[in-house]
Amino acid sequence: MRIHIRQGRLVDPGNEIDDIRDVYVADGVIVGVGTAPEGFHAESTIDARGRVVCPGLIDLRAHLREPGEEHKATIASETAAAARGGITSVCCTPNTRPVIDTPAVAGLIRRRARSAGMARVIPIGAFTQALDGEHLSEMAALKQAGCLGVSNGFRPMRDLTVMSRAMEYAATFDITVFVNPQDHALANNGCAHLGAVATRLGLAGVPAAAETVAVAALLALVDQIGVRVHFSLLSTTRAAQMIARARHEGLPVSADVSAHHLHLTENDVLDFDSLCHVRPPLRTLRDREGLRQWLARGAISAICSDHQPHEADAKLRPFTQTEPGISGLETLLPLSLRLVDEGVLTMTEAIARLSWHPARILGVQAGKLSVGMPADVCVFDPESHWVPGRHTLRSRGHNTPFLGWEMKGEVTHTLLEGRIVYERDEAPA
Amino acid sequence: MDKANIQLDGQGRLRHFLTIAGLKRQLLVELLDTAESLSSVTEQAVKKVPLLRGKTVVNLFFESSTRTRTTFELAAKRLSADVLNINITASATTKGETLLDTLRNLEAMHCDMFIVRHADSGAAHFVARHAAPHVSVVNAGDGRHAHPTQAMLDMFTIRRHKGEFHKLRVAIVGDVLHSRVARSQIHALSTLGVDEIRIVGPKTLIPAEAHTLGVHVYHDLREGLRDVDVVIMLRLQHERMNGAFLPSEHEYFQLYGLTEAKLELAKPDAIVMHPGPINRGVEMDSAVADGPRSVILQQVTHGIAMRMAIISRCMQRGGESA
Repeated sequence: MRIHIRQGRLVDPGNEIDDIRDVYVADGVIVGVGTAPEGFHAESTIDARGRVVCPGLIDLRAHLREPGEEHKATIASETAAAARGGITSVCCTPNTRPVIDTPAVAGLIRRRARSAGMARVIPIGAFTQALDGEHLSEMAALKQAGCLGVSNGFRPMRDLTVMSRAMEYAATFDITVFVNPQDHALANNGCAHLGAVATRLGLAGVPAAAETVAVAALLALVDQIGVRVHFSLLSTTRAAQMIARARHEGLPVSADVSAHHLHLTENDVLDFDSLCHVRPPLRTLRDREGLRQWLARGAISAICSDHQPHEADAKLRPFTQTEPGISGLETLLPLSLRLVDEGVLTMTEAIARLSWHPARILGVQAGKLSVGMPADVCVFDPESHWVPGRHTLRSRGHNTPFLGWEMKGEVTHTLLEGRIVYERDEAPA
Repeated sequence: MDKANIQLDGQGRLRHFLTIAGLKRQLLVELLDTAESLSSVTEQAVKKVPLLRGKTVVNLFFESSTRTRTTFELAAKRLSADVLNINITASATTKGETLLDTLRNLEAMHCDMFIVRHADSGAAHFVARHAAPHVSVVNAGDGRHAHPTQAMLDMFTIRRHKGEFHKLRVAIVGDVLHSRVARSQIHALSTLGVDEIRIVGPKTLIPAEAHTLGVHVYHDLREGLRDVDVVIMLRLQHERMNGAFLPSEHEYFQLYGLTEAKLELAKPDAIVMHPGPINRGVEMDSAVADGPRSVILQQVTHGIAMRMAIISRCMQRGGESA
């Protein structure tokens, strides 16, 4: 399929382009930017006037629920949601059932994704077998099977000795370790930020120190071992500051933040709103401002969805018993664009944190629109307003506190390797 | 700080009674007045009024309780309602039934009010949010969050002894962190406009950012008791020795246990309260618990009239608008 994307505002941070340029696609790759290759005849034209054309988004953290929790969602349903959100690559957490601790499970996930054909799924392998925090997984084999990183998620490692050995082993094979920094004992099964709101509601709190203590310990190990570590889902200003200093000192670390932590705070939990039950917990307004600041300054270099689709029942319990997480693939882009409207990021910076930077964290040649690269492209209308509703989300998970929010910026086309995998229904003129 | 108050109906009348937070002073005063007029009923030979004849009240207790459940039962019966006691710890949830399913089943039996006690903070809000429109929900204690009927009977007891609230200085002593009673008392006292609320305890038992509740925090009991009009002692659970909150009951009693000698620092006419059951020799000396300034047993008595007032207020709305 030869596609001509006409007259859009091309925002391609990896190539430092923000300009009106045409993009030409053929045989699944970008064949021209600005000027058509000789003899190019488009079979299809996308009129991108007034729209932004950017690299397909890369989401560093999503729960796709398959295999094992198909009652919540499937790879097919969630990659369709990703396509609608302009996301062409999704990193899938290893906490499936069985967990991604063998090449067979990683292979299964990639095959299911390929047959669905809506988005590329990048499995993140388990750091320890069955995520038990004790026995190393076969990381080299997992890497061979396509895992671009390993992680134990929020499951605790037995102790720092196991952690440091696992890091050394990962470093041996140049594998990036994804960590969710949280000291298990300090978090103490809390379900809200330890602060004024938890005090008022009588909820068990997770202190900010649960995050900073873990970040400090991990940074000390990185300093000693030299392993590449990516910190997922920072929630406190203090932790972001620590990462910034470590990066300044040259440690091979990076960090991301979820889109919801950039917009919600502990106050959204008042009234026991279980849709705002997330891990790590929503923190103070000050933390939200700090995260935004460090995102703008680059210490936090990516925004992820931390997509966690749930069946309705998972949230229909008293707050503490509800399962944490927000269904976030379809709001990742508009929530990031909201930061552009609010003056936190420029358009280029926002797109970089959704594509080029995540690609670099994963160590893959992607996230930019250079000639010869796979044509993973997102086209969106930055002025289009829409409201997420229970019946309009493509994800099987309708658990989002953003239902009813007015979103600005709507994906009109998503291309995966040159194929149109999502096209917005155009209202009849 | 709270969002839209689900406790009130469209006309601002009490529909559920889940937390004191967000309720207006006027409403609390009216509840106290109603309890005052109903308290005479409990002193009559025939202790019944026909306010809720034909209504069914369900005591839905997911946590064991004797005092609270009994006083709710008596309160509902004295209002002529039919009362059903359901002890869920030994019932459906052990078979895997969800709270919502339990609720739907009871609604199908046409019950009019649920009085809910549950170990999870927010459970009563959850039940209220999912209850059928004609059903009222009263919170009989949810996790560490709230125990608003206990707080109201405490306010009733304070008013009986002190009259006005606005000049009072009140000290709440002990395990505030784990106490739903303390949280509700703090909201009630500040809504009723007391002059000063103090909480007293070691840092391990004081909740984070406690000052945001509008209280002054003391770590020294003697300082905390100085010139107060009301002393509220909280129950200390034995398991606090295990979670590294406290070293021993012995040291706790030395530092935070109420004795006659420490009580001397309070105003001469200060009253001593406790939501019960008391650990004698841990949070207070028997001499104080049984002494002239203790109003602990009056609290229990007042619990019936106060709960009658709250139940009838919630149900009156149900009757009118259903």
